[in-house]
Amino acid sequence: MTSPIVNAARPMSPFRKSLYRLYRNKGAMFSVGLLVLIILLCLLGPELLPWSFDEVDWENMGSAPDWSAKHFLGTDANGRDMLARILQGGRISLMVGLLATAVSLLIGVTYGAIAGFVGGKVDHLMMRLVDILYALPFMFFVILLTVYFGRSLWLIFVAIGAVEWLTMARIVRGQTLSIKKRTFIEAARLSGASTGALIFRHIIPNTLGPVIVYATLMVPQVILFESFLSFLGLGVQEPMTSWGVLIAEGATEMESAPWMIIYPALFLSCTLFALNFIGDGLRDAFDPKDR
Amino acid sequence: MDLLQVEQLGVTFNHSFKALNQVSFNLRQGEVLGIVGESGSGKSTLARVIMRLQMPSEGDVKWRSDSLFAMDNKQQQAYRKQVQMIFQDPLDALNPRMTVAQIIAEPLRYLMPQLSRKQVRQKVAQVLTPMGLSESQLGRYPHEFSGGQCQRIGIARAMIVEPELLVCDEPVSALDVSIQAQIINLLLELKQQKGLSMLFISHDLSIVRHLCDRVLVLYKGEIVELAETESLYQSPQSDYTRRLLASIPLHNPLEERARIEAWGV
Amino acid sequence: MNFLDVRHLSVSFTQEQGSVQAVRDVSFSIDEGETLAVVGESGAGKSQVFHALLGLQAKNARVAGSAKLAGQELIGLPATQLNQYRGNALRIIFQDPMTALNPYLKIGVQLTEILQVHQGASYQQARTQALQALQEVKLPNPEWNFQQYPHELSGGMRQRVMIAMAILGHPRLIIADEPTTALDVTVQSDIISLLKKIHQQHGTSMVLITHDIPLVAGLCERIMMMYAGKIVETGTLQEIHQQARHPYTRALLQATPANQRNSGKLVSIAGQPPDPRQLPTGCAFAPRCEKARRQCQTAQPELTAVSDTQQVACFFAEEN
Repeated sequence: MTSPIVNAARPMSPFRKSLYRLYRNKGAMFSVGLLVLIILLCLLGPELLPWSFDEVDWENMGSAPDWSAKHFLGTDANGRDMLARILQGGRISLMVGLLATAVSLLIGVTYGAIAGFVGGKVDHLMMRLVDILYALPFMFFVILLTVYFGRSLWLIFVAIGAVEWLTMARIVRGQTLSIKKRTFIEAARLSGASTGALIFRHIIPNTLGPVIVYATLMVPQVILFESFLSFLGLGVQEPMTSWGVLIAEGATEMESAPWMIIYPALFLSCTLFALNFIGDGLRDAFDPKDR
Repeated sequence: MDLLQVEQLGVTFNHSFKALNQVSFNLRQGEVLGIVGESGSGKSTLARVIMRLQMPSEGDVKWRSDSLFAMDNKQQQAYRKQVQMIFQDPLDALNPRMTVAQIIAEPLRYLMPQLSRKQVRQKVAQVLTPMGLSESQLGRYPHEFSGGQCQRIGIARAMIVEPELLVCDEPVSALDVSIQAQIINLLLELKQQKGLSMLFISHDLSIVRHLCDRVLVLYKGEIVELAETESLYQSPQSDYTRRLLASIPLHNPLEERARIEAWGV
Repeated sequence: MNFLDVRHLSVSFTQEQGSVQAVRDVSFSIDEGETLAVVGESGAGKSQVFHALLGLQAKNARVAGSAKLAGQELIGLPATQLNQYRGNALRIIFQDPMTALNPYLKIGVQLTEILQVHQGASYQQARTQALQALQEVKLPNPEWNFQQYPHELSGGMRQRVMIAMAILGHPRLIIADEPTTALDVTVQSDIISLLKKIHQQHGTSMVLITHDIPLVAGLCERIMMMYAGKIVETGTLQEIHQQARHPYTRALLQATPANQRNSGKLVSIAGQPPDPRQLPTGCAFAPRCEKARRQCQTAQPELTAVSDTQQVACFFAEEN
């Protein structure tokens, strides 16, 4: 049914409309609040705390939460303040999550849109490459890389980014194939638009919905993945830390010092919970028909 | 003078299916040529070839005696400035994430990049009024408009480069009856005021009769008949045209009832 | 007695930006063996009326009012009971037969299934009846078509299969919702002519929902014009064509290009169809009406009889 809004107060782009729908989703908005809180804590917290993340308190090694010593969440086996380490670890985990997602977004969207739009042999070749990369046993690949190049944060970005873009490329390609058939693409071509203009001005903005949803859901995946690598000992190096490292350390002392695993795990799960919830909220907001 | 010469045009899909076969006709300056046919007759393929969206497998199309398919980039851009198109599904033809102002100015961006922002704004403003659109609507998005308004936006986008030929692919078949008349009248105005030539593709024979100077009937990719409108409607030469004409619902209810009762299934 | 009697039917949808009144207080009836055309533009609510009484309305729709089929109230009937009516007494034919047919099942399976489910017929009985129905809708080779999948048929043939499916249960009312809109011109006449023959042979009541006024005359005796969810005029074919009283009906008749010589500008109706979310307080057509006066802006005209068979919802019906 056509239903023109003749007297609407102000025009809303489809994107803004979706954000408005998200805004009305209470669960998603709570998650946004929670996530912002965690991000702010991680950004500002380490500067405000009396202990820095690599400072050793010789008098309190492996001690339970103790407000008088200002170890609000206790210390680890080496006497380092848990809260400071969790917040510092959060910086790393969130950064890995965001950067790796950004990298995969950049590569995946461009790659997928080009493959889908150009089509034919180019598409075939590009997507077979994706299939091949998919087929690589990724864990071994990362382990080999770390063994060969040594452990480094950058390597993790590269490694995670290198896999995660594959799914993004497939999603964007699928979207592109359906958008490509729509009349406005033909109309733009008749307006004299070049292939580049068609892809970047007409195709990619219209894939935005699913891409944002997937990207939001990808951040927790990446954080989890980094945690996993760190848990295996392939992640960041001491004294730098991440949530995965903290949980790995905590796991060894789980019985004697439960706070060492409970608190980092709590932060990690809250973040993952919030991101997944936002992702779901975004999916509903961008595709209202599926509700 | 002939604007467009279509010569022995053939388009074959998948090496076997002939969408168009041996199609030849000329389009005169200032003329509205109706192209009539049912689904699968090749009328949309014909439009796509003329718009250079589809390469022919045989034959040629000439614009003012230049072959469309031997043009260099510069000539192609010049051709796009002279020949524009409007589409059947008016909403689908507009990018949902662009404002009306961006959509209408889009051809200027690529075909007349030398224009300043101010000149672009002026041109957009100029093209709005005859389309029955207002400047207050420029910041809105396509989904906020009805089908008829979307088609007006589409026509404005085509007309902004002041083309000489407008290819109309079923431009009113997706619209409500009360809106169809508005769009047909708008096209008539453009024809009279700007001397615009048109290729009007339609399956609605009443509208074609109303708007077109000559009519070309396509059936299974081939030309069945090409004649001046009145002579085609009054004395159709081929059986197929006769059958097409006989299928038009009549305005007089009694005659229409008699027609349906006599219609052999 | 009226076969179908609809009283004060309203359908509204709850949406994010408030509620939309798709059908507003519609009352009409259909006699046994009658043919009614419901004419209106997109968004006029013409399909919604019949979807509501078949229980096919969208999930977010609210239906109020009454619709009695041979004395039995349909509105609010549980789906299981409604299903019996949908299978037998009432049948609907949709605009796009491709979406109404299951692409993975052979035509024959889809036809016989109806008889087996709704009438408990055996497969052999069902098959014989299905073949008869295919014959009746003039499919060229029923035995062969019986074995085909929907995509192997042309649009017109698919629509015939839909009609065959509709006549299988010997329905007393067939609702054809824009049955020819997706078809080629030559096929349009085929379908209308076919529906007409079915009406004549079986005495089935028919409702033709359409936006195309000229199409109506071939099949229907009575016309009901709808605009913005309301009935604006109803009358016999003759009355509507020769003495339409509502400005909308008159304008729509004139806006349809007659098959005649190029006669300059078409008569058009200015403006756009109203936004169902923001309907005017007065007559919904007033903003586009040349004859609108002050009264039209503030009050809504009721449907009033101007003859035994003709009713108009316009304050100035007598003048027109």
